[in-house]
Amino acid sequence: MALRILSKSFLSQRLATPIRHYATKKYTSSHEWIEINKDVATIGITDYAQNALGDVVYVEVPEVGARVEFDETVGVVESVKSTSDIYSPLTGEITAANSDVVKNTKLINRSPEKDGWLFKVKFEDQEEVNALLDEADYKKLTESDH
Amino acid sequence: MSTTIARSLLRTRHASARLMSTGASQRTALYELHKAHGAKFGPFAGWDMPLVYADQGALDSHLHTRKHASIFDVSHMLQTRIVGKDRHRFLEHLVVADLKELPVGGATLSLFTNSNGGIEDDTIITQQRDSLYVVSNAGCADKDLAHLLKHVKIFQDQGADVEVLKIDDHSLIALQGPMSQKALERLVGVDLSQMPFMTGQVMDIKGVPCHVARSGYTGEDGFELSIPTGEAVSITQALLENPHVKLAGLGARDSLRLEAGLCLYGSDIDSTTTPIEANLVWTIGKRRRAEGGFIGADVILEQIANKGGARRRVGLVIEGAPARAHAKVLSAEGEEIGEITSGVPAPSLGKNIAMAYVKKGFNKKDTALKVQVRNRVQDATVVKMPFVPAGYHKV
Repeated sequence: MALRILSKSFLSQRLATPIRHYATKKYTSSHEWIEINKDVATIGITDYAQNALGDVVYVEVPEVGARVEFDETVGVVESVKSTSDIYSPLTGEITAANSDVVKNTKLINRSPEKDGWLFKVKFEDQEEVNALLDEADYKKLTESDH
Repeated sequence: MSTTIARSLLRTRHASARLMSTGASQRTALYELHKAHGAKFGPFAGWDMPLVYADQGALDSHLHTRKHASIFDVSHMLQTRIVGKDRHRFLEHLVVADLKELPVGGATLSLFTNSNGGIEDDTIITQQRDSLYVVSNAGCADKDLAHLLKHVKIFQDQGADVEVLKIDDHSLIALQGPMSQKALERLVGVDLSQMPFMTGQVMDIKGVPCHVARSGYTGEDGFELSIPTGEAVSITQALLENPHVKLAGLGARDSLRLEAGLCLYGSDIDSTTTPIEANLVWTIGKRRRAEGGFIGADVILEQIANKGGARRRVGLVIEGAPARAHAKVLSAEGEEIGEITSGVPAPSLGKNIAMAYVKKGFNKKDTALKVQVRNRVQDATVVKMPFVPAGYHKV
């Protein structure tokens, strides 16, 4: 009995502990989100951006293996009315690109910050990471933008 | 999109330049109604106009218009009335239409021309019993009105009986789509199946006398309703009671008109494009081609006679990424031969379409061309417009 109670409380204690995020989420003023996991960053456009763009009809993502510089144009996200260039917020090598989102552009509107990710960069310069906006600063930016 | 969003959003390269505002914005009588429907506004020609509404994106709104019916607030456009015994002679000096032949109730697309043979605006003119009813673009409203007033004064000074009146007390809304007739019939209590396309008449909508024209800018059947401003909201709301009718904004309006092969003044036609270059010679009445008598007639008639003008407006279907205004058009051999003036990924077609001007000789249907999009060259083909078959009402 005591063992069971002990197990139960131990279990609930484990579940009650918040799962630690080892990934950090950063942002740019051009409405991209960057999820950092060790030395690889996953990048996409924010919910705010997809909402302002409207229905996405065309997407281009970079080639896997390509070397990209900070602020280099690496892709494009287009709605019926507008074309938005995607810039790499970090220097490094493209380790992955989301081919699903190219085939199914609606993913960007439906899940911009998860399934609608665009590409991953293995980055080299921690300074570039440190210069990115944190969530609070990005929120401030989007609130003032009306 | 507001200017702020457009500037910062992903450094968007091609939100339509027309959305950039300058100066204080005007609002139509339907502004609060748009707001109540969750409209996202954008500046257009000095007005705060709805781009899209909360219930559906621009793409769905476009598709809804082709399948059901949509209401567009176009109250920012210029409406004028020309009256007086000499009104036909006067207006024929400024436009290419044959206004004497146009029957009462008939409407026609026409062009205001300039002395270089270029186009100053396009317009729809309706023959009313004692007047001419003229609707022209919001972006040219000041220019058109000044032009009309300048020339009417010259005519009046010569003793002509003619006056130009700006219509300030009516709001214009466009009801467009295959379900428009049914939607409007419920409010006018009249069978509209015998009302031909490109005709207009005064009709009571919910007991309110309005000018109802069977015309539009979408390629679908539809009506443009000029409503006494005090009743514009209630009539719009009454139309919206029909579940098939939804409000639509400028986002959908542009993709619809381009699929329909209709020009946008300022993009596809401007003061430098002549009717022959713009492929709009059909707007010049037969008698006008013989007699002239409109500003720039000497240049235009000469071009018609000699198949002149260096370029021609064409429709293109483009492979790959959507091509937008100012993208370069190349021959199959890679020689630069033209430029895109409007381009959109067509929602009803699933293809990229565009209007472009190309060097004369490269404009035949099925000509294989190329278009430069960013750092790539993509295949393109000249096609006849409209890109989507018209749904105009046949009596």
